[in-house]
Amino acid sequence: MIETLLTYGQAYLWHDGIQLSGLVVTLTLLAISLVLGLCLSLPLAVARVSSNRALSWPVQVFTFVFRGTPLYVQLLIIYTGMYQLEIIRETPFVAGFFRSGFNCVVLALVLNTSAYTTEFLAGALRAIPPGEVEAARAYGLGRVAIWTKLLIPSALRRALPSYSNEVIFMLHATAIAFTATVPDLMKVAGDVNAETYMPFEAYGIAAMIYLGTAMLLLGIFRLIERRFLAYASPRKA
Amino acid sequence: MSEPMKLEALDFTKSYGSTQVLKGVSLRAKRGDVVSLIGSSGSGKSTFLRCINFLENPDSGRLVLDGREVATRKGADGRLVVADEAGLRALRVRLAMVFQHFNLWSHMTARQNVTFAPLNVLGLSRAEAQERADHYLDRVGLNPTLAQSYPGHMSGGQQQRVAIARALAMEPEILLFDEPTSALDPELVGEVLKVMQSLAEEGRTMVVVTHEMGFARNVSSHVQFLHQGRIEEEGPPSEILISPQTPRLQAFLSGNLK
Repeated sequence: MIETLLTYGQAYLWHDGIQLSGLVVTLTLLAISLVLGLCLSLPLAVARVSSNRALSWPVQVFTFVFRGTPLYVQLLIIYTGMYQLEIIRETPFVAGFFRSGFNCVVLALVLNTSAYTTEFLAGALRAIPPGEVEAARAYGLGRVAIWTKLLIPSALRRALPSYSNEVIFMLHATAIAFTATVPDLMKVAGDVNAETYMPFEAYGIAAMIYLGTAMLLLGIFRLIERRFLAYASPRKA
Repeated sequence: MSEPMKLEALDFTKSYGSTQVLKGVSLRAKRGDVVSLIGSSGSGKSTFLRCINFLENPDSGRLVLDGREVATRKGADGRLVVADEAGLRALRVRLAMVFQHFNLWSHMTARQNVTFAPLNVLGLSRAEAQERADHYLDRVGLNPTLAQSYPGHMSGGQQQRVAIARALAMEPEILLFDEPTSALDPELVGEVLKVMQSLAEEGRTMVVVTHEMGFARNVSSHVQFLHQGRIEEEGPPSEILISPQTPRLQAFLSGNLK
């Protein structure tokens, strides 16, 4: 195991000699898809809780489809299926986008995480007591200010525990990237296995790196929650 | 010429479906008046109060502040709404409300609850808003160590006093109280009533929906008894609470005053 680590450690963590690889690629995928996913799911969650069916219904269909099918299938449709369509192939900009495995993985991850994030943000929005909104109205806040200053900040806090869960799921979900030839941690593990015929070491090392990363992320979220969810914790004596 | 009435809410009506909950209710208050609205549940007193700042929209009625009528129009659902957003905001800045269930913003500390509207509605600077918050939290007798506490970590009485500080920090012309002690444990009612009494003694104009007959009798300048959406009887507390004329108020009081 030590020998494998010494030989391939660099590839597992950041560079395989030709390009960036391993953990760095995994974390890049994670960061891009989380940031884009969150930006997308905030307005979607607001639309999801709208009483206007024309707004909430399309979002409901979107979250149903992307939560109701495996991420792996979504990636295969985006990476291999889309290019089969003439309209995609014939539109230069779009064709260029779908030719890149990295783009396809990011797109699949973003759509998938936004579907889940939208749903629990919508749940967090619904959980805000109506009295708090009423008080904001009574004190002269307008509709936009109620959303931006009260509802969204409050929902983001309430959604933190679910979101930390989602981040860990997404870390593990990036492991499908190797299917689209993206040199993430999983791809490196596969290559090491192919070269050494030592799958226990090859995948064991990858597992340890995923585990360490997950622990780090959970630690960060614990600190964030301690600060932003102090209001919901039991009172300190 | 005498000073115009501070607040006149005239002939408010409202129905839900076929049930008429307000059948033409009016209220007049001079500056410094404390008007108590009493009556059994379902009499329409809370609805009436909530119509005064248009948290609920009446079917009809006229609202006059300092002799000037608030411009209204018919909304999409046929109910009366304030003519425009700016007018509604201006109205709500002048009337601050204290709720039965406090309705504090749960993810904000006591101090943040009090600075929130002054910062976001009145446009005060952070320093000004915090100065106001500390002043009014002190005014309602909240222990300064609790200023950084969250509502969920406070007793009901403390929460309601924070809510009163939140109202005061808007420096409103009129305070509206919607059953401010009804959700409190009996032993906590006193601390809130004491704050309200001291506000009344300061000469603030207050409209109070209450079940506390002691408060209505000792603090208010005028009492209105509502029954089934109508004012059944009204007058100074020394008269109508001591010698009620209508059988309904007599019955109500004998049930309430032990």
